[in-house]
Amino acid sequence: MISLRETMRGGREIEQSRPWPRHVIDHTSWLRAIREISKGQGDMLGLWSDGADVHMLLLDHGSSDIGIISLECPNGSFPSVAHMHPPALRLERAIRDIYGLEADGSSDVRPWLDHGRWGVRHPGAKPEPSEASGDAYAFLAAEGAPLHQIPVGPVHAGIIEPGHFRFSANGEVVVRLEERLGYVHKGIEQLMVDAPIDRAARLAGRVSGDSTVAYALAFANAVEAALEIKVPRRAVYLRALMAELERLANHIGDIGAICNDASFSLMQAHASILRERVLRASRLCFGHRLMMDRIVPGGVVDDLTMEGVVALHALLSGAKKIIPRFIDLYGDTTSIQDRTVGAGFLGPELVKQYACGGVIGRASGRGFDARRTPGYAPYPELSFKVGSAHAGDVDARVWVRFDEIKASFGLIERILDKMPEGPIRIESLPEPSESREGAALIEGFRGDIFVWVRLDASGAVQRCHLRDPSWFQWPLLEAVIEGNIVADFPLCNKSFNCSYSGHDL
Amino acid sequence: MALISDLAAQAAQMILVLSLAPLLLGFTRKTKARLLRRRGPSIFQPYRDLLRLMRKEVVLADNASWLFRSAPYLIFAATWVAAALVPTFATGLMFNWSADLIVITALLGSARFFLALAGMDVGTSFGGIGSSREMMFASLAEPAMIMIVFVVALIAGSTQLSEIAFHMLSHIELRVSYGLALIGLVIVAIAENGRIPVDNPATHLELTMVHEAMVLEYSGRHLAVIELASALKLLLYVSLIACIFAPWGLAPHGADFRGMAFGAVAFVAKLAVGGFLLALFEVSTAKMRVFRVPDFLGAALMLGLLGTLLLFVSRSL
Repeated sequence: MISLRETMRGGREIEQSRPWPRHVIDHTSWLRAIREISKGQGDMLGLWSDGADVHMLLLDHGSSDIGIISLECPNGSFPSVAHMHPPALRLERAIRDIYGLEADGSSDVRPWLDHGRWGVRHPGAKPEPSEASGDAYAFLAAEGAPLHQIPVGPVHAGIIEPGHFRFSANGEVVVRLEERLGYVHKGIEQLMVDAPIDRAARLAGRVSGDSTVAYALAFANAVEAALEIKVPRRAVYLRALMAELERLANHIGDIGAICNDASFSLMQAHASILRERVLRASRLCFGHRLMMDRIVPGGVVDDLTMEGVVALHALLSGAKKIIPRFIDLYGDTTSIQDRTVGAGFLGPELVKQYACGGVIGRASGRGFDARRTPGYAPYPELSFKVGSAHAGDVDARVWVRFDEIKASFGLIERILDKMPEGPIRIESLPEPSESREGAALIEGFRGDIFVWVRLDASGAVQRCHLRDPSWFQWPLLEAVIEGNIVADFPLCNKSFNCSYSGHDL
Repeated sequence: MALISDLAAQAAQMILVLSLAPLLLGFTRKTKARLLRRRGPSIFQPYRDLLRLMRKEVVLADNASWLFRSAPYLIFAATWVAAALVPTFATGLMFNWSADLIVITALLGSARFFLALAGMDVGTSFGGIGSSREMMFASLAEPAMIMIVFVVALIAGSTQLSEIAFHMLSHIELRVSYGLALIGLVIVAIAENGRIPVDNPATHLELTMVHEAMVLEYSGRHLAVIELASALKLLLYVSLIACIFAPWGLAPHGADFRGMAFGAVAFVAKLAVGGFLLALFEVSTAKMRVFRVPDFLGAALMLGLLGTLLLFVSRSL
């Protein structure tokens, strides 16, 4: 029997691919790879297209090797992955909407990102003008006398991103939830085509505003891998500092928002103050509250001043006092515990199948963290604890966030201790004389963000793919709410906090 | 002459409850905001909101029936009359003798009935969810209220609030059944007014709403009237609790102007205490799961029942 690893290393190797090998394989090997991942031999971490080929990012469980396999689609179609491995379903639908490549044998041929309002079909490949009048969309049926439908969104009562949720409920009990996303499609991947590196970096930082550091870092790492640049050590540490500040702000904000959805506003009040302190420290250190456009391929824009170091130390010493009390307030309030414990259970099988990363995966027993596997600088030099739990409920997701908040504060302390001196940016990016490919897997606060980029000989972006962790988390939210009550959906949803913008791209 | 002063006193009561209701709401919101270290809107904000809604046009769904249009006024009328029946600054006002606690409960029940119907009238899913949840809660809150009325009536020998208040003032005593009735009444008041932990009046989450879901389709003056009615209801319950369990300061029947003025000051002070305690409680707890609310209200029903039983066992309990 041929293992997944051997399949990944079969076929024709593309030599320009960094840091992981890319192999163009044949039809049979493609099908074999799908079979292997559907059996749990490895994780599918991404499925995308560049218009001509389809690519799949795989993690082999046996060897922990990562690799990209590609299949050429001369007939405009490829064998469906979702046919055997359902997590690929929405990715395939998105590939068809953007590039017009069909997934043969797929069980769901409805469009996904394309709602028929772009005025163009297949904008990534050969755009064909079309009416922008909107397509009808057939929601999956749930039949039976007592069932009724509750449509929610895309415009919500609160200020959140747009997304449509179609509940089929039997009284209060949800029988089926179906999501419809794509309302904030911005066409970032198409805007990236032929964009110079600096513009592409700015675009990458705008895929999902709350993860702007993680996206910019992922894009920079991918470009640096493609160009085989080594970034100055001080820049690497500054990047990690920004990433941890971003993680902190988001996790604290999420915990407050989860509690607020259960109407426990006291917790949110504390969380807002804490988050504000983190954001202000970030602004003082890097000149922007969310640190947008601070990370660029080749280094970072702003150096950390002495004033910034003092502010960060003040933040750390303040947090040491507040965080334990903040955690106790959550843990000791029975009314909020009553809402979160046991609510929104997500089992370990689904998490494994969907290779679901981030807090959601870790709260259900999948310990994957891109800072550990595959790992990137400077994390191998720093000790830190990755949060984990097995309960898989809303409460577990809150506790994993608490663990990560503590870990991030610890990491910031160690980063400041070890911060090397030196330059923060290389002079200029070298110009490749040939087409190059790079990829990066970076841990954002939601989970692993994957960026793949192909540069042309002049150094501009030819194709870029950015995969948000939410692609593998949104479908699980549908599973979590099944059999739950309608009124608990906001709580479950907030404990996931998936990105609309990052997913719709 | 006596008739004119009686009428004037009754009119003062009706205007007082109407004018203070938004203030109580504003005060509660402000207190809550301060407790959360926020600045919060001015305590007069609810008045401004009402004024704004009054000026706005009414947007009606195409399939809204006459019921949808008239329900706000029916709800408001029933609630206002009920609120006018509860002694606030003086007992023995004109209308006090014509209606008792059971009438008040029935008036509020009617208001709820119309609100639930209006919620379902347009046929949106949220209205239906809100109405179904509201009736689920009401099926326990109303009997609990009646049991509590019985406890109080058994002690005071009347269901007239003026008589009850007079009895409470003249027989200051500690009874187990008082305690049970007080806790029960507070639970019913929280549920009836859609406050945390039963419902969250400040939420933006459509799927968790109860009262707000029923009124989602309302706009303009209809919404203003409904909002005012719910503010009145909150004031009613605070006044009710104050009238039965803290009747001090109430001007007796036939009191002079000074007595009434003192009663009014005492009433405002009681509202402030009530509003503060409500805000404090709301800040310190999370909302419960929808299906836990029947347990919560069931406790109120049981407390009422237990109170009545105790009184049958011994008159002194």
